[in-house]
Amino acid sequence: MKKLSVYLKGYIKESILGPLLKLLEASFELLVPIVIKSIVDTGIGRADKVYIIKMCLLLILLGVVGMVCSVTAQYFSAKASVGFVTKLRRALFRHIGQLSYTEIDTLGTSSMITRMTSDINQVQTGMNLTLRLLLRSPFIVFGAMIMAFTVDTNAAFTFVVAIPALFIVVFAIMLLSIPLYRKVQQRLDRVLKSTRENLTGVRVIRAFRLEEKEIAEFDKRNEELTSTQIFVGRISALMNPLTYVIINLAIIWLIHIGAIRVSKGLLTQGAVLALYNYMSQILTELIKFANLIISITKAVASANRISAVLDVESSLVEKESEPQGDRSEFIVEFHNVGLTYKNAGAEALTNINFSVRRGEVVGIIGGTGSGKTSLVNLIPRFYDATVGEVIVDGINVKDYPLKKLRDKIGVVPQKAVLFKGSIRENMRWGNKNATDEEIMEAINIAQAGEIVAQKKEGLDFLIEQGGKNLSGGQRQRFTIARAIVKKPEILILDDSASALDFATDAALRKALRELPWNPTIFIVSQRTSSIQHADKIIVLDDGEIVGIGKHDELLETCEVYREIYDSQFKKEEK
Amino acid sequence: MKSRKIQMDTIRKVFRYIKKYRVLLFISILLAASTVALTLYVPILIGNAIDYIVGPGNVNFEVVAKILVQIAFAVGITAIFEWFMYTINNNITYQVVRDIREKAFRKIEILPLSYIDSHPHGEIVSRVIADVEQFAEGLLMGFTQLFTGVVTIIATLIFMLTINIKITFIVVILTPLSLFVANFIAKHTYSMFKLQSETRGEQTSLIEEMIGNVKVVQAFSYQEEALKKFDEINERLEKYSLRAVFFSSLTNPLTRFINSLVYAAVALAGAIAVISGDVGSTMTVGGLSIFLSYASQYAKPFNEISGVITEMQNALACAGRVFELIEEKPQVPDADDAVTLKNASGNVVFDNVAFSYVPERPLIRNLNLEVKPGQRVAIVGPTGSGKTTVINLLMRFYDVDSGSIKVEGIDIRNITRQSLRENYGMVLQDTWLKSGTIRENITMGKPDATEEEIIAAAKAAHAHSFIKRLENGYDTVISEEGGSLSQGQKQLLSIARVMLCLPPMLILDEATSSIDTRTEVKIQEAFARLMQGRTSFVVAHRLSTIREADVILVMKDGDIIEQGTHEELLSKKGFYANLYNSQFAQ
Repeated sequence: MKKLSVYLKGYIKESILGPLLKLLEASFELLVPIVIKSIVDTGIGRADKVYIIKMCLLLILLGVVGMVCSVTAQYFSAKASVGFVTKLRRALFRHIGQLSYTEIDTLGTSSMITRMTSDINQVQTGMNLTLRLLLRSPFIVFGAMIMAFTVDTNAAFTFVVAIPALFIVVFAIMLLSIPLYRKVQQRLDRVLKSTRENLTGVRVIRAFRLEEKEIAEFDKRNEELTSTQIFVGRISALMNPLTYVIINLAIIWLIHIGAIRVSKGLLTQGAVLALYNYMSQILTELIKFANLIISITKAVASANRISAVLDVESSLVEKESEPQGDRSEFIVEFHNVGLTYKNAGAEALTNINFSVRRGEVVGIIGGTGSGKTSLVNLIPRFYDATVGEVIVDGINVKDYPLKKLRDKIGVVPQKAVLFKGSIRENMRWGNKNATDEEIMEAINIAQAGEIVAQKKEGLDFLIEQGGKNLSGGQRQRFTIARAIVKKPEILILDDSASALDFATDAALRKALRELPWNPTIFIVSQRTSSIQHADKIIVLDDGEIVGIGKHDELLETCEVYREIYDSQFKKEEK
Repeated sequence: MKSRKIQMDTIRKVFRYIKKYRVLLFISILLAASTVALTLYVPILIGNAIDYIVGPGNVNFEVVAKILVQIAFAVGITAIFEWFMYTINNNITYQVVRDIREKAFRKIEILPLSYIDSHPHGEIVSRVIADVEQFAEGLLMGFTQLFTGVVTIIATLIFMLTINIKITFIVVILTPLSLFVANFIAKHTYSMFKLQSETRGEQTSLIEEMIGNVKVVQAFSYQEEALKKFDEINERLEKYSLRAVFFSSLTNPLTRFINSLVYAAVALAGAIAVISGDVGSTMTVGGLSIFLSYASQYAKPFNEISGVITEMQNALACAGRVFELIEEKPQVPDADDAVTLKNASGNVVFDNVAFSYVPERPLIRNLNLEVKPGQRVAIVGPTGSGKTTVINLLMRFYDVDSGSIKVEGIDIRNITRQSLRENYGMVLQDTWLKSGTIRENITMGKPDATEEEIIAAAKAAHAHSFIKRLENGYDTVISEEGGSLSQGQKQLLSIARVMLCLPPMLILDEATSSIDTRTEVKIQEAFARLMQGRTSFVVAHRLSTIREADVILVMKDGDIIEQGTHEELLSKKGFYANLYNSQFAQ
């Protein structure tokens, strides 16, 4: 919570003035019982109508000034809390964008989204309430006690006993409820997850007739959430009744003492009235305070969850400075590279060694889980190698500022993802200053030209969230175009032609070979036909390289490669 | 006002959900009334006590003591009643929320796929989770305070009238000013809250997209651009939020000021009445104290009610969104006389089928096909030619626009969806795994499978070896959307899941494209065993897959342009032959 206060920086004036003005307003309220006391003792006692009128005008004046203070204070707190949350949201969004793949895998997408939405809303409410009311209530409570001492020291000791008793009750209930509220949020998370899964996996769920089962599971989680909420509610419901009892016991005691002291002439009737008023003020404020605490504990729980995400540092440490180094003849080199994923039992890659010259086409082939994607993910530093070095253009990837490194590399990931927006906007992800000509060039190279030609809006055609209004193959071609727009030195195609038919795949490869800036191309594929004409083929098996070379060499020397090749043409030979 | 009508409608719907709990509601109301009455009675007792504490030597200890005992009792009972009332209200609120969520979820399970495909998931989730939550909190506050507020006002009024009519009059005239102010503010802030909530929805969509796909965002160093987009919405949200929050917070200070006016007026009138021994009723200092505490009590519920009204408006806006989802048109339900398809032999007929997702873009036109039991049908063609759509239609994820699909001679619209889908084993292009253990994922179609059956299916799908290599083997928990498994491994699991069920018909959508051909061959052998005598529809690009087919359907632009076996099509030297030959191109 303290770490988050950084985001209040621009609003220090408001965060201090706001509560102060509220305290000022509160002080005026504290004066009211004294004014009443004097009306009773002096005004009524001496039957002085003029005095009474004067005092009542004073009351009105106090009211007006109080209101002005209050409105200003509320403006300040609204400004500060909304501003704070706006900054916090931005910081969180930015931070998540910088986390490495490892952290993203660990945190989970749903959870991060909850924190950016539901948790942040709780924090805004909590912050606003804090600035407006947090100081006011305790101030009035203690202020009332102090004023009570000015009325009658003896009777005022009742306050000294009652107030701590009240605070103990309030805090005890609060301490009990905070962990429970956290539990409520967790259970809410699970309900959210269930809901989300049933949308993203709707086809599979319906295909396997799991609707009934999903409903049963949802009901279970929903019920767990409800029962926790009811349980917590029961505990926080104790606050009001308990404090009411304590205060009224104090009032009974006050009247008892008051009666004795008035009888002895040590106290006036007006004074007893004033003491009673002060005690009532405390009751009012305490109830407000109690409800405030409940809202704030929820907000604190949320703030902690947000803090937790902000605390997660990207495990990829980035160097700020420009890398120094000579241009080597090799554009990509792997020296003894090994990779073990966090929380994994075994190495995903072992002892990877190879070098690639500029402009080469490198094919990477191997069985499922043999490490192909892991290997290419190391080049743009999506993960850090746990052993060995990955060198790009003569410099260790760890020595590059991430953006500089990734600007050199165009990645087409296995899963084709497009975003809501026009085709043009999506393509500009590769290069935000790309002209329409450059975009169309890239689109044609990616064999997606005819798709654009078919849409009457052309490049303005709106792609829906997730690219749902395009077929799988169309999406893939656009993601390839997006990487080409970048005109990267290194192009990585991770099984990106899987949804393309052979004709398109072949045309694509031909177009890629003819790219004028002669990029180095890594093609990860299952089809020997896609890579058999590569300058260099890397064959992976179970995380290790079992063969490097050209197609013909590998057919003779590498058993794994031969098997793969044969399985594609085996029937043909028969 | 149109929004007023919508609000009334929503309120009516909310009440329908509360109906179930009307007994509890009634008890709560009774408790509330009693609590209020007792809470109001206590100041009277105190006032009376004060009247007996006049001055030195002028104190009636006996009476005072009796009154103090009465106060103690009243307070005790109030506390107990109050706790019960809060608990009951909590119960009702959270149970209503649970009921609504249950309904919403059940609706999600029967929403037509066209709705789910065309609405951002984040928005739907937001309705079920955030909107219901906001609605609950507004409801909780509203419920408790609205009723107690109203009762307090009525009871206070009655009590005051019994003490002094004139002063009551003053209070009654001035207090409505509070209400007026509160109402005014509420009306003008409703639209502000709506704006805030809409902008929040917009932002949530963006967050869903960028954070849901943060890996791609990073791959393209798009973070700065994404941040810019985010900032634009964020700034707008800040503006709208500030307006909504500030203006709605004005209610408190303004109404409090009006209260202080009332307070002063009561003090004035009351004190003077005490002095002049007014006609109508004798005002005492005790009476003044009661009146003062009532005057402030009287205004409080108005304060609270106005705050509550704003909260409830917000809550209603949320409730409206939730009900919209719940009332969304579901998919066409199974016909009453729908047949349960048992053990299909695999006879499928497409009769003049036409379909498009969007009327302006016709996709499938005039598809005619007869598939005999046990045949393997390969569907090939350029992307966008309609292949995945065929699957959507076979599984009744979407219904045909015209023509019909028949299985075993029965139109599939006359077959229950459950039984129809039970007869298919589906492996999709986009693999989806549920968060849970690997075992749970494999047994999706057959939850009561034995361990041997599970391992056999995993072995047949060549998934067993990689599963064994994982930390916890079959008990390994997969995170959302498959987490750290490779694409190929995820597909092997989807295949294992089908192999466990052994359905009579198979639908494979480019299932094996992310798997190397080595493994694929072994799987194909296992599939071949599976497919013996089973009808299968394979949408593929891998010619090695297609070669084994009994019938190859070549699709282009929604039509089948060629049909036949591999050899027949090659000899035709048409579109298919071209496609095949390009495999050997550079």
